[in-house]
Amino acid sequence: MEQHEISVIVNGQKLRRRVSARQHLIDFLRNELSLTGSHLGCEHGVCGACTIQVNGTAVRGCLMLAVQADGAKVETIEGLSDSGAIADLQEAFHQYNALQCGFCTPGMLATAAELVELHPHADREEIRAHISGNYCRCTGYHAIVDAIAFVLETRRNKGGAA
Amino acid sequence: MSSAPPVSFFDRPNSYIGRTVPRPNVKKLLQGRGTYVDDITLPRMLHVVFVRSPHAHAKIVSIDRAAAQEMPGVIAVVTGPELAKVITPWVGVLTHMKGLKSAPQHAIAIDRACWQGEAVAAVVAETRAEAEDAAEMVVVEWEELPAVVDMEAALDAGTPVIHPDLGDNLAFRRELVTGDVDGAFAAADHVFEEIFHTGRHTGVCLEPRAVLADYQPAEGKLVAYQATQAPHMIQNLLAKHLNLTESDVRVVCKDVGGSFGIKVHIYPDEMATAALSVLLKRPVKFIADRLESFVTDIHARDHRIKGRIAVKNDGEILAFEIDDRTGIGPYSVYPRTSAVEANQVVNLVGGPYKHKAYRAATEVVFQNKNVTCQYRAVGHPIACAVTEGLVDLAARKLGIDPAEIRRRNLIPDDAYPYTGLAGLPYESLSHHASLEKLLKLMDYDGLRTEQAELRKRGIYRGIGLASFIEVTNPSAAFYGVGGARISSQDGCTIRLDPTGTIICATGVTEQGQGTEAMIAQIAATAVGVTMERVRVITGDTDATPYGGGTWASRGAGIGGEAALQAGKALRQNILTVAAAMLQAAPESLDIRNGTVVDTDTGVERLPLEEIGRVVYFRPDALPKGLQPEFVVTRHYVQKDYPFVFTNGIQGSYLEVDTETGFVTLLKHWCVEDCGTIINPQLVDEQIRGGVVQGLGGALYEQCIYDDRGQLVNGSMIDYLVPMAGEMPDIVVGHVVSPTASSELGAKGAGEAGTAGAPGAVMNAINDALQPLNVSLAAQPFTPESILMALGRVSAKVG
Ligand code: FES
Ligand code: FES
Repeated sequence: MEQHEISVIVNGQKLRRRVSARQHLIDFLRNELSLTGSHLGCEHGVCGACTIQVNGTAVRGCLMLAVQADGAKVETIEGLSDSGAIADLQEAFHQYNALQCGFCTPGMLATAAELVELHPHADREEIRAHISGNYCRCTGYHAIVDAIAFVLETRRNKGGAA
Repeated sequence: MSSAPPVSFFDRPNSYIGRTVPRPNVKKLLQGRGTYVDDITLPRMLHVVFVRSPHAHAKIVSIDRAAAQEMPGVIAVVTGPELAKVITPWVGVLTHMKGLKSAPQHAIAIDRACWQGEAVAAVVAETRAEAEDAAEMVVVEWEELPAVVDMEAALDAGTPVIHPDLGDNLAFRRELVTGDVDGAFAAADHVFEEIFHTGRHTGVCLEPRAVLADYQPAEGKLVAYQATQAPHMIQNLLAKHLNLTESDVRVVCKDVGGSFGIKVHIYPDEMATAALSVLLKRPVKFIADRLESFVTDIHARDHRIKGRIAVKNDGEILAFEIDDRTGIGPYSVYPRTSAVEANQVVNLVGGPYKHKAYRAATEVVFQNKNVTCQYRAVGHPIACAVTEGLVDLAARKLGIDPAEIRRRNLIPDDAYPYTGLAGLPYESLSHHASLEKLLKLMDYDGLRTEQAELRKRGIYRGIGLASFIEVTNPSAAFYGVGGARISSQDGCTIRLDPTGTIICATGVTEQGQGTEAMIAQIAATAVGVTMERVRVITGDTDATPYGGGTWASRGAGIGGEAALQAGKALRQNILTVAAAMLQAAPESLDIRNGTVVDTDTGVERLPLEEIGRVVYFRPDALPKGLQPEFVVTRHYVQKDYPFVFTNGIQGSYLEVDTETGFVTLLKHWCVEDCGTIINPQLVDEQIRGGVVQGLGGALYEQCIYDDRGQLVNGSMIDYLVPMAGEMPDIVVGHVVSPTASSELGAKGAGEAGTAGAPGAVMNAINDALQPLNVSLAAQPFTPESILMALGRVSAKVG
């Protein structure tokens, strides 16, 4: 199997690794780096369970190769948690019970994090549209929409006060 | 004693019963630090990938694995006959399902594959990628056999018999007649009939099925890390079929990414994984990929039901009659069987109503498709859609408002106890209170006005109602009496540690419902401590009392009651010791917020950590004859009824675009009665999640097979599931009628949402299309099927 060397910053840490050409980024993160917080629900780009951030954008880790991450900054749920970047989303998900089994949650949070950055004024319908690439079988989505709407509102109020 | 004890245990000072408390165990999941099976790596661990049949029915002529064995990383390529040396086959029958038959099923097919997706060889390698590469090199020579695909033709004389030893393709038949059915139909002013179809669909847990089996040859022990709802059931079956001592098998179930009934069965590939670990003496991991999930996770709800309703001019329902047929694949699934769903349909049709006559027949047939079995709300969504579809049909034809016909026919709220026509007793239901509450929540009259206004403008909106009953808290009558070692009782072991922490080990399991939070709330209440002091252990056969696990909405009702009784007993034991230490009467003391207090005055006397310190490290300071018992186990089984029934009603408001056939769900309501509510938020979220699964079946989800038995939409791209954009907000309301069969009074809420949603949506669509004289009865209600009903397109595309 053809091998390539990549340099990548994962959760703030600079890494240099040899990876096989065909290895998906998600498998690299899960299997080589033991960052098992990102999940695999379909491995064909539909469910969103593998959503991570690459250079600040939410992407599907199962559709990207590890070699394509060469030179990139990758943030997984572990990094987003430790930096505190999504602490308010996590807290709101907790309070609204916006997760049941939690399997979709890391991907859902990565998508939600992008939404609250890009669309601070999103309404319920826009929230629903934005997270429509992330499948959740447990919650029925209502509580997830509640949690994200709450964070948007809180952030807006804070911004206004500042 | 001056002050009377609280009226109910739940009125105690720090009661958590009825309180929304955020789940203590989900912080790790929010940080991606849970432990799902695929997150576990063991030293020397191998990965298995299965070679699966591409045919619905075919003889295995030969398997050539020479090339596969040469591939990098490959440890073994194993066929059915080889694996059969370490694992015995099984037959999915229960003795109380009279006449139910099935054929022996092997972990890996021996000489024939009976559905597309059946495993015929296992490839074990150092990595999953290597196993997948090698699996492609296994060459199987097939001889295709005629496939039985159409369930309607399964019993026809010209149709091949899938298992010749069984004589025919009939797995199970049940008939039920109650009351004077013919008389009722003869006396009716009208008889209305409809043929209903419920689409075959599947659970699509976001985490695929997963097991990591670790056989430890020195001790003859097997540890199975498995995503399952029923660890003790799995323990029993692994031991039985691998010929191990049951206590040498440990099933560990950490975080599970959704289950919904999908993960409560034995799957051949999971059993094969355990057998491979025994054979190879190394840990072996199997994670189903999504494509194989679609062809191997149990399917469900593949029913055709001819239904009839006999009514008077005033809408009085005299009788229901159904003729049901379902195709279950080539085997009855082990050990719960594939006849339960049809049996439930027979038990539940007409359930909410007070008619006096009922006839039902069901035929469960074999076919060469993937197996079907119990998926969330087993049989309920089918029975509810048929019943409520017939009631609305009658209402439409008679010009009676759907709410009014229900008012006239639902069993009165003061009629309980009441025995349903299938012979099952209902302890106390609240159909009318639920209906009235729903109508108010919906602003039913307001919606009707809006609907009429919009109709004038060519906008077709519909309102649908669906009442339902739901089976919860099953007794041993469900499985135990049929010979399956699936426990209907559950236990809770609770202990006080030296620091004043309460540790509860429970036999019920967590797959996201909030089981651990619910148990912690009950234990905290029963002992008298804050939630922060409670730890809950689930999902480990070595560490928890023997129990059934989580299914049939039994977690709160059964597991919760055991926790309540265990907590109360521990509290009593703590008070006995505290009384000795304080030289007071135990009855004069209580535990509140982790401190022993005087019951009357609330004055704090002794913190639990001080009692813990003395009991564990200075027992010499205690009176001689006093032996503290700070570990207590209590069990509970529901024995008063075969099942405890709950009830509820759902409402759907939607718009049908008659140009495109698209259905837009505008809003959905559910009022349900699960008895005592332990955590309102968790109940509401169970309902909402359940509703959306029901909506999926009603509108999108279907496993589509072609006439050669090939699943044509077995990927997440082609098999549609509800996504956030299409789903409505869901309003949940409650009526509370606790069951007297337990002190806790909880009935269960996990399946109510799924039970009623499809019926409500069907009725709403038909309500919307009523002015066009069109009605539909075949789920899923796709744009294509709606356009066909409207006559806008003529034949199925493709
Ligand atoms: S696993 Fe990547 S989108 Fe499903
Ligand atoms: S919480 Fe289970 S899939 Fe979303």
